[in-house]
Amino acid sequence: MTQTYQAKIYVTLRPSVLDPAGTAVQSGFKQLGYDNVGPIRIGKYIELTVMAPDENAASQQIDRMCDQLLANPVIESYRFDLQLVPATTGVEA
Amino acid sequence: MKFGVLVFPGSNCDRDVVLVTRDLLKQPTRMVWHQETDISDLDIVIVPGGFSYGDYLRCGAISRFSPAMQATIAHAEQGKRVLGICNGFQVLTESGLLPGALVRNRDLHFICDRVPIRVERTDLPWTQAYQPQQVITLPIAHGEGCYYADPATLEQLQANQQILFRYCTANGEIDTATNPNGSLENIAGICNPQGNVVGMMPHPERASDATLGYTDGLKLFQGLLTQLN
Repeated sequence: MTQTYQAKIYVTLRPSVLDPAGTAVQSGFKQLGYDNVGPIRIGKYIELTVMAPDENAASQQIDRMCDQLLANPVIESYRFDLQLVPATTGVEA
Repeated sequence: MKFGVLVFPGSNCDRDVVLVTRDLLKQPTRMVWHQETDISDLDIVIVPGGFSYGDYLRCGAISRFSPAMQATIAHAEQGKRVLGICNGFQVLTESGLLPGALVRNRDLHFICDRVPIRVERTDLPWTQAYQPQQVITLPIAHGEGCYYADPATLEQLQANQQILFRYCTANGEIDTATNPNGSLENIAGICNPQGNVVGMMPHPERASDATLGYTDGLKLFQGLLTQLN
């Protein structure tokens, strides 16, 4: 039986890659008077669901998907959280 | 010499390239739709500029998986020539045909300008029509043209003489002030170790027709038609 898993994926720039957008946002905060804000790094957040027999299979597939398309390993790294989506039972009111 | 120009949804420099190879150089040229799988009739594949697949996710990330790009990768692996211009360069790095990546310009702006470029190497067909260290002027138009590679890759690029073009001053000096986008080592264009795959952010096709005022890019295409001595 297959289950549905929801993945919350975070793609971030590797520390060695400059993030000019992050720097621009940081200077925006400075303009607003927040002088205590350190370096800002901007990344991507992706949600998706997959159907898989178990959590391990889902996790392996999402890892491949991140590596192949969602992140470019040359400049980015990624991590994700996986959650089982409970099957809906009965008729919704 | 038969040229093929890939056309993705969102390509917008494809016809400019065709104008150069077909109309100015009188070479057989055909446009290759991104769904095509057979490009065995082509000698040179050009991946043009634009915003392929809307540049969603990352520039060039999705085009890489198109059937025409899979055929282009096989074409390159046979030692045949591939040129990626601007978005085409991004596609070639995403597909792994060229090392490194192109990220957001240092100053965040989309840059549309004409800049001096130094030709670093002239022993390849692509650049043989230029003089060594010649300074040429080419248009650039990009938001994500900042070349990045890790230190080990950069070292390899230098060791294998894979850097073909660098942003420079009008006198040909390399400095950070004339680096428009923050590219490492002022890199504007590179090739693979074999030299059959080239990627560059500047647009040689936009500087080939004398009507437009600049013709420094034409020699790159002409070089391809001349047998290397």
